[in-house]
Amino acid sequence: MTTTPLDKSMPFNRAGLSHTAVYWIGFCVVMVVLTVAPLVLPVFWAKFVTECLIWGLLAMSSDLLIGYTGMVSFGHSAFFGLGMYGAAGALLHTHPPNLWLAILAGLGGAAGCALFVAYFSTRLRDIYFAITTLIFSQIFYVIIFTWTSVTGGENGLIFTRPHFLIPFLYDVRFTTATMHWFVLAAVAGSYLILRRITQSPFGMVLQSIRENEARTRAIGYPVQSYKIVAVMLSGLFAGLAGVLYAVQNEFAAPDFVYFITSGDTVIFNVMGGIGTLVGPIVGAGFFQLLRELFSRLFGEQFPYLIPLGLVFIAMIIFLPQGLMGWARRWLNK
Amino acid sequence: MHEFAAILQSIPIDEILIQTVNGVVTGMILALVASGLTLIFGIMDVVNFAHGELFMLGAYIGVVVIAETGNFWLALVASSLTVAILGAALQIVALRPLIGRDPLNTILATFGISLVLQNFALWEFGPSARKVSEPLNASFQLFYLTYPWYRIVIAGLSAAIIGGFWLFLKYGKYGIWIRATTQDRVMAQAMGIPVPWVYTGVFAIGAGMAAASGMLFAPLVGVNHTMGLDWVLKAFIVVVVGGMGNLGGSVAAAIFVSLLEAYAAIWVSPSQAVIVSFVVLILTLLFRPTGLFAPTPR
Repeated sequence: MTTTPLDKSMPFNRAGLSHTAVYWIGFCVVMVVLTVAPLVLPVFWAKFVTECLIWGLLAMSSDLLIGYTGMVSFGHSAFFGLGMYGAAGALLHTHPPNLWLAILAGLGGAAGCALFVAYFSTRLRDIYFAITTLIFSQIFYVIIFTWTSVTGGENGLIFTRPHFLIPFLYDVRFTTATMHWFVLAAVAGSYLILRRITQSPFGMVLQSIRENEARTRAIGYPVQSYKIVAVMLSGLFAGLAGVLYAVQNEFAAPDFVYFITSGDTVIFNVMGGIGTLVGPIVGAGFFQLLRELFSRLFGEQFPYLIPLGLVFIAMIIFLPQGLMGWARRWLNK
Repeated sequence: MHEFAAILQSIPIDEILIQTVNGVVTGMILALVASGLTLIFGIMDVVNFAHGELFMLGAYIGVVVIAETGNFWLALVASSLTVAILGAALQIVALRPLIGRDPLNTILATFGISLVLQNFALWEFGPSARKVSEPLNASFQLFYLTYPWYRIVIAGLSAAIIGGFWLFLKYGKYGIWIRATTQDRVMAQAMGIPVPWVYTGVFAIGAGMAAASGMLFAPLVGVNHTMGLDWVLKAFIVVVVGGMGNLGGSVAAAIFVSLLEAYAAIWVSPSQAVIVSFVVLILTLLFRPTGLFAPTPR
């Protein structure tokens, strides 16, 4: 499963624009569309777009591992969940609840969790890595589910959304639109950082681990340290997604630490196209759209995962590069 | 000396013995699930995420057949055969096109299959658990418990299925095909063994074994659409601890892990006892990644 970074092969070069210019123009257009979205869309769809962005961030964080380092994580729910519970804990224990503290606590929780997972799981490769991350996420799930006095157990934690606060300057309540912009800023920032990481020498080493781990080690790179850092970075961004989700929905629930979330993350990646960073966001949007479509067509009770699972299997067989890979090939024609 | 006696008395020997029996019984069922999983991995390099769902589906088909005929043993045979055929169909439709691609693709495909099967079960049978009554009502006295004979029968039956399967692998013509494909699939193909069909057959056998264990286990806990994930996780642990692709190791690891969990359940709640097997897995991966019960690699 190898793909080159998207921007390297931007196809429409007829106007004489450089790849970089086309890339940034495309980026700005998408940003403008997403910024205007909550102003023109009804509230339901505005929230829908916000959630898609958050899921996209989670999927993008795992793309750093799947697409760039060649390690499939089936345990991203743990990082996501720790981010959620970290934020929830901070919001419940500070008065007044402070947004930045929540983000800090969530990132701290996710980073701690990621360090723990990374230390053990990076010793293993391929499927063993996948199973280990899965098992670790289940450990965190069991702990969160049974430690009722701290985590609220099955009921989770409920809190009120903090204000958007810049000390001494600005203090407003989040509305649907400002929440969306806040999430958009966080996701876009994370995307740019992740893009920079994957293009940096560090990212190149990760990609060479993906291509040939033995040779990378032979050249003299400490492969395991690189992997640990990769897992931690990935966990950090997944934790950020968890914080955003918690703030957006005003709760933290053990369901999100369960395996289903990790599975969804992998599905988003495969549907959107792994190794593209943008792909996972597209994949998350596609998944959520299909889900919404199925539940509108067949009613709320309909298990939308049956058709979605079939679409997913079909995409693995017929469209292994995902939507982004397919779009790129189509544009290149 | 006095203190030592006090400690000795504080050990609940009867509970430990009861939990030993319980552990061996669950261990044998787990071994049946895990041997299918390890077989599929050993021969096809496919980590079958859908294995737990086949287990669950086996139990549900059993529920349906029992409702129709009232015969447990008939249901056991019917559900294993149906799920084996389903497994063969799944392998042909979803996994065969992926042969030769990155193993990641097959893992994801089986994950997709598990999503579909699990939600199908939820849709078809609803979220509430179904009860299956035990086919044997006899029981015997084990300390303060009346222990049902059925559990002992399950353990014996699982052992018989695994043993029969082992004999088949060792002496049967098709068993020899399977072993040949595991050792060297190119050479096996050159010798005229239809390797793609061996794959299909192995997947079907693994699926059938999962269904049989699901059906055998159903009377103990009830049938629920989420039971698959717990079992596939446990089976993964067992398969890794026993050494991937190693049948004997999986059986030993299954009993080992189940015993540990059963003992842990004396002191903590069963949902926390699961952590014990997680810890065993992590320790195994750290210190003996080829598996506890595999011969030391040279």
